[in-house]
Amino acid sequence: MSRIRALLRFLWDFVVGDDWRIAAAVVVALAATLVVSESSIPVWWLLPLVVVVILSISVWDVARRRS
Amino acid sequence: MSGTQAGLVVAVFIACAVEATEALTIVMAVGVTRSWRSALVGVGVALVALAALTAALGPALTALPINVLRGAVGGLLLVFGLQWLRKAILRASGLKSYHDENAAYAEESRAAGDAGPVAPGIDPYAFFVSFKGTLLEGLEVVFIALTFGSNQKDVPLAAAAAAAAVLVMVGIGVLIRAPLARVPENTLKFVVGVMLTSFGTFWGGEGVHAHWPGGEVALPVLIAGYLAFALIAVAALRRLQTARDEVLSRPVRA
Repeated sequence: MSRIRALLRFLWDFVVGDDWRIAAAVVVALAATLVVSESSIPVWWLLPLVVVVILSISVWDVARRRS
Repeated sequence: MSGTQAGLVVAVFIACAVEATEALTIVMAVGVTRSWRSALVGVGVALVALAALTAALGPALTALPINVLRGAVGGLLLVFGLQWLRKAILRASGLKSYHDENAAYAEESRAAGDAGPVAPGIDPYAFFVSFKGTLLEGLEVVFIALTFGSNQKDVPLAAAAAAAAVLVMVGIGVLIRAPLARVPENTLKFVVGVMLTSFGTFWGGEGVHAHWPGGEVALPVLIAGYLAFALIAVAALRRLQTARDEVLSRPVRA
């Protein structure tokens, strides 16, 4: 059991890393893009926008904690 | 070779060169301190495990429908790339310590020296440390090469770029017989973070039916845009650090 837990922990660290909000934001952005793309609205801008916003939030949090 | 293929080769080569540099430091430290034979056997077993993983996952990935592949694997690549870019921004702005191969080598050597007498034959410590180091750094190489290769439907090209990077770094390591401290690892990680994030955004977006304006032309635009954003973020965080240091260094008035 502890080995399975260790493997899951390793996979989590390997893929998700230090800030789980980044992975969550990417999943939500991909899902939202898929939903909106079914309509005729152009949605290519959503993913880059989410990347910039979530990365800003993530690094800003580290800076704020340090200060 | 198309622009996307050239980008694939550059991104995979640089990413793998960085990982190979880190693995080489670990293997050199246990090889010099304990046993070269055991360290190299550890590397060999790890390479066999990585090759088996690649052989199992490669065909499975390329068999997926292209949109599923790009949505899922592009998304994974994007998450992975954002991790690299986040760390690179934090390092460049002074919020996270730089990776130093000389320091890593000294630390590994000290730990190897403290691990008791060297066993005759295969030394378990040297074997497992070099096996683990090669496997963990190699997993990132496999992940990057497979995600890039499968998305581009050209796993052999990605594998060739990865193998070339490993051979070049090992060759340099053998020649200079020291950790590759002069490799500008932190700068390379910054570049890799931007590339992985850009390719992940491009492929992930295509996988969920986003139509990029200009098609493949959007990829260099994404790379330039993310690079500009990352540099601005570094500059802003450095200013913040400087302002904070100035406030902290002011004398406190009674």
